[in-house]
Amino acid sequence: MINKRSNPVCLKILNLPGDLRLFCVEVKQIMKGSIFIFFKKVCPVAIIFSLIVPFSCWAGYDYIDITTPSLRKIPMAIPLFKTMSGNKKEVKLSQSASELLAETLDFTGYFKMLESDTFLEDLQKTGIVASKINFNNWRGIGTELLITGSVLAAGDKVEMELRLYDSFKERLLVGKRYTTSDKGSPRKIIRRFCSEVIYSLTGSRGIFDSKIAFVSTGSGNKEIYICDFDGHNSRQETHNKEISFFPAWSSDGKWLAYTAYKKGKMGLYIKHLKGKQGVVVAKKGINISPAWVPGKFELAATLSFSGDQKIYLLTGRGKIIKRLTDKWGIDCSPSFSPDGKKMAFVSDRSGTPQIYIKDFDSERVDRLTFHGKYNTEPSWSPRGDKIVYSAIENGEINICVVGFDGRESIPLTRHTGYNESPSWSPDGSLIAFTSTRDGLYKIYVMTVYGTDQRRLLVLPGNQTNPKWSPNVIN
Amino acid sequence: MGKKLWVRLLLLLVVPGFLFTVSCAQKEIKTDTVMLEQQQAEAEAARLAALEKAQAEELERQRVIEEAQLRETQLREEEAMAYEKAAAREMFMNEDIHFAFDKSLLTSMAQDILKKKAEWLRDNPGNTVVIEGHCDERGTTEYNIALGERRALAAKVFLTDLGIDSSRLSTISYGEERPVDPSHNQEAWAKNRRAHFVIE
Repeated sequence: MINKRSNPVCLKILNLPGDLRLFCVEVKQIMKGSIFIFFKKVCPVAIIFSLIVPFSCWAGYDYIDITTPSLRKIPMAIPLFKTMSGNKKEVKLSQSASELLAETLDFTGYFKMLESDTFLEDLQKTGIVASKINFNNWRGIGTELLITGSVLAAGDKVEMELRLYDSFKERLLVGKRYTTSDKGSPRKIIRRFCSEVIYSLTGSRGIFDSKIAFVSTGSGNKEIYICDFDGHNSRQETHNKEISFFPAWSSDGKWLAYTAYKKGKMGLYIKHLKGKQGVVVAKKGINISPAWVPGKFELAATLSFSGDQKIYLLTGRGKIIKRLTDKWGIDCSPSFSPDGKKMAFVSDRSGTPQIYIKDFDSERVDRLTFHGKYNTEPSWSPRGDKIVYSAIENGEINICVVGFDGRESIPLTRHTGYNESPSWSPDGSLIAFTSTRDGLYKIYVMTVYGTDQRRLLVLPGNQTNPKWSPNVIN
Repeated sequence: MGKKLWVRLLLLLVVPGFLFTVSCAQKEIKTDTVMLEQQQAEAEAARLAALEKAQAEELERQRVIEEAQLRETQLREEEAMAYEKAAAREMFMNEDIHFAFDKSLLTSMAQDILKKKAEWLRDNPGNTVVIEGHCDERGTTEYNIALGERRALAAKVFLTDLGIDSSRLSTISYGEERPVDPSHNQEAWAKNRRAHFVIE
């Protein structure tokens, strides 16, 4: 259910020769039926994938080690795609698709996109296959990874061929051909290819099928919105006209839980995003901060019907299974470890809000944060090794990251006003958060190392509370 | 002798005539005086009556004035009372209690205000009240919803301890969602960390 397309099978075949590996990935995808899901649910038009030119290369080497802190960006060149017949549509598409590809890959923070005016080669004159490419010309300007592409528009069909090369080893790492009858944006093809590129380089499927839920005041009230991972296609999800916030994605990406006030009463809404199913938990007191248990149709939330704000475990239908915290005081903001065996949460049991970890096997509760008087909003990394949170200190609020290796926590933001509500991308490579650095609250994205901090989207009003969805196609 | 007699006779006739005349004249005068007296009495009576009437009218007028004044005073008093009541109600609604940062403890000032609120609640047994808990913008939205609730609950517990039926008091937390002062400074934050009372 979670992340269908990145399971251990893929990792096992990493050691096969490249051509065979590409083939296996394709076969595996067909076997898993993800293409059909893709056909049916994501793409309004048919996109056909085909294996092109089985090329001998060895890919048992990770270009990007996602587990090691490394700030080095790989220099990448994406020249303008070759137009096959040279018609107007192709020229236009070549431009927009190559730009979009560079933009989308740049979003990951892994690459340094080389400026096109330094390029010595023009695909229009050379070609897109290895035998036509003079890799010397690409190495000469520092290119380590090269993506070549071609566009063929005939009738109402568009065919795009995209290839990723290691320009030092002169090897094909990914080669794909996509056919579509989509007359609009090449965005879906580009995202699909990006997913392949990132998979081949990191062994993870990345974030290209993920979305971000957030809260915006653009309509005059706090309402929940959803946009694509890169800020595109934002749309308003709730229309309650009071206060709606704290969105939380189920791990299959199909359900969204959130808190909303209706006629002055607060309720926890658990809703299917496509269907009309859903329940409301509106117990006396507060019903806030939902967080789904990974891989289960269960969620934790803070309820205060007992007179004390405690975290409870609920079924996806809103029925209380059990109480998860028991000390007197405020307990809120649960976040589960990826295996669901532990839960980080905020408690003021020590007098100030601090982050604690509950181990469900041993029932032990350990305090995680000791520095400062206000540490809240924990978010457990999808890789399981870190927790990000927000800390108030000296009139600033900063995003901090702490591992379980006993080392001190590290602030990822500094001197930029209030930085709050960190949320991990599903591959654990990026963090979305909210910041007042430009005045109003806006959503930003940065790498796990705090680099490449940039605004995610431009909308009127304040945007807060971003929550990154799992990387699944729904 | 004859002449003397004639004189005497004449005298006899004349004198009574005179006498008669005198008496007649006298009588006439007498009648006039009576009439005058009567008239005077009547006039006096009329005057008295008029006076009496005027006095009565004056009294009536004064009574009316007095009554009006009384009514006015009464109205004014009622108005004042209503005003006072409204003011008390306004005060109840508008006087927030305030909290320290990240705290839901009631300060002594907050307790004094709550005592006044308890009095009002006792004077107005028909009213139910929603206690809203609020926070300043600092800190996180989720934690602030919880903190806002603790502030509202602290006020509720204090009032029930003063004998107010808990069924008349409900709570809701708005966290940092409804600031009274949207500025970003200490003064605004102090105003925003509050419990607010709304009469239903």
